[in-house]
Amino acid sequence: MNYFLIPILQIAYKDIILELRTKDIFVTILIFALLMGVIFSFVFVPTKQNVVLILPGTLWVSITFAGVLGFNRSLVLEKDKGNLDGLLLCPVTRDVIYFGKFLGLFLFMISAEIFIVPLYAVLYNVSILDVGIPVIVILTTIGFAAVGTLFSAICVNTRSREVMLPILLLPVSVPIIVAAVEGTRSILEGSPVGIERWVQLLAAFDVIFLVLAAFTFGAVLEE
Amino acid sequence: MITNLALIFFWAPTEMVMGLVQKVLYVHVPLAWIGFLAFFVVFIGSVMYLWKKAQPWDGLAQAAAEVGVLCTTLMLVTGAIWAKPVWGVWWTWDPRLTTSTILWLMYVGYLMLRGYAPSREQGARYAAVMGIVAFVNVPIVYYSTILWRTVHPEMVIGPASETGNLDSQMRTVLLFSALTFTLLFVYLVKERLALTCAYDRILSIRHKEGIY
Amino acid sequence: MTEQAARLQSVTKSYDEAPILRDLNLSVNVGERLVLFGANGSGKTTLVRMLATLIKPTSGFIEIDGMELPKHGVRVRQNIGVLTHQYLLYDDLTGYENLRFFGKMFRVDHLTERIMYLAEMIGISDKLHVRTRTLSHGMQKRFSLARALIHSPSILIMDEPETGLDQEAIEILVNIVKSVKSSLIMTTHNVEFGFRLADRVGIISGGSIAYQERRDALDVQEFKKILTQHSV
Repeated sequence: MNYFLIPILQIAYKDIILELRTKDIFVTILIFALLMGVIFSFVFVPTKQNVVLILPGTLWVSITFAGVLGFNRSLVLEKDKGNLDGLLLCPVTRDVIYFGKFLGLFLFMISAEIFIVPLYAVLYNVSILDVGIPVIVILTTIGFAAVGTLFSAICVNTRSREVMLPILLLPVSVPIIVAAVEGTRSILEGSPVGIERWVQLLAAFDVIFLVLAAFTFGAVLEE
Repeated sequence: MITNLALIFFWAPTEMVMGLVQKVLYVHVPLAWIGFLAFFVVFIGSVMYLWKKAQPWDGLAQAAAEVGVLCTTLMLVTGAIWAKPVWGVWWTWDPRLTTSTILWLMYVGYLMLRGYAPSREQGARYAAVMGIVAFVNVPIVYYSTILWRTVHPEMVIGPASETGNLDSQMRTVLLFSALTFTLLFVYLVKERLALTCAYDRILSIRHKEGIY
Repeated sequence: MTEQAARLQSVTKSYDEAPILRDLNLSVNVGERLVLFGANGSGKTTLVRMLATLIKPTSGFIEIDGMELPKHGVRVRQNIGVLTHQYLLYDDLTGYENLRFFGKMFRVDHLTERIMYLAEMIGISDKLHVRTRTLSHGMQKRFSLARALIHSPSILIMDEPETGLDQEAIEILVNIVKSVKSSLIMTTHNVEFGFRLADRVGIISGGSIAYQERRDALDVQEFKKILTQHSV
């Protein structure tokens, strides 16, 4: 445990302290998502009838794209690679580094989403007071951060990294984006009938890719 | 190789009498099949490369990916050509088509990754990881599009199944075509792999001689 | 057979068929200090990174502290202290926080005392609580040295440590290396500095060890001549 859990928490804690001081990633995600929310309000004019149709889509598209930007920011911060090398010199296995970075990125996204989701509810005049919403948000963010962390590590060494990250991340994230949108929609419609399937899909995606990414992270960090 | 190409021309005369456009299916369906096969090979190649670190596996994965993307592109195009007269629409979001599109995007990303990586070796490693992730994602994407479709049944869609009831003649030709295309696939991958190996050999000779 | 601090056998490293290290053989005894010289591009940095477990060889055998790489990477890293060109510090953390982070990662006991002790020795005590971003390069390098030493490693691996250090810091470095009795593998451009620390000196050229000799068998001038020969 000492060799696994504690270093993971140390890495995440360090990233959190750094982020609290710069607030780079958090602000990027928050501002961009809000911006998109406003723009979407003009593009798809929300009315009482269509808001349930529109809100989930715009919410999750905004979060997704904002998330990509946020990960790009974190990439830039690792850029001089000094940071990554420092971690690579520590007596821990590579998957520990993965989980540590994952945890940090996950928490940054969640902390932004804590503001984004209610703000969207306000913008679109919808009630989001349902226990299902946090569940979906958390599960989706886990999945997104899981693959995002992996792809961020790949792209940090790649030319055109700001372009490569969305190209890799977005297609792979399609299942969880769809699940998030549909799940949110069923909750808003008040008919959480099919929702278990979406939640299952999210959970399965999360588990599969967390494990896969942890396994392959070592190969990514090699030279 | 010549046998392969000859075979392709051979099946043309054996075409059945039916709606002209239906014949596109003889190309479309095999393309779909080898597209999928290609990505499976990419997966195997990627896993083996990461495990054994032997260059040929990566060459295999790359070759398969290139052929796969080519085939998937052609598959999507032929699908559209077939769909317009038959279903009345160019495009539809049925699970198979949607999954294929996502597949296409993932593997194009895979090829781009190779191009943009700092060195071939690193590119190979990154691509191998992507190859594994992409393939693992395929069933998930497929399942999610099926679920998605059940929620939105009113979307534009043609008849549920393209293949439907094939009479035995059509089936034979289809299978034959599939076989031909598989052979073509193997041939293309082999050639591409040989190209990669030759390129590698030139590189190492250059380095030995000190030329750049 | 006594365990050696480091042993490399027929190590080759190529990037895309371009060999950087060619059939390199090297061994360092426990407690011994080996200083390597070599022109830029000779493979020095690659060798250091390989010893630091950051790079794996394309072929060949590496063993550090009796443990084979890359299999025992985690345990090896626990025992080596690495000082490279990059400071490996987090800009927005204070020096103290940086050391604390790495200390925790290396599972150092009595961390606070250790940090204070090192800070005193290296002369960075008064800069402990400012963000490393604001420090001069020399100071950052000193903190990097502290980071490398935080876990009392038995083997020190350093890549041109004298760069960026002022005279005082170089003296501190020499004293520390001499006092900790760790094995040392160091690359440097500065012959005088290298000779002060070395038990053995060597030259890397064209990706392998072209020359090795016990330090006390040579004097500085002789060696400089030999060095220029190998740089041609």
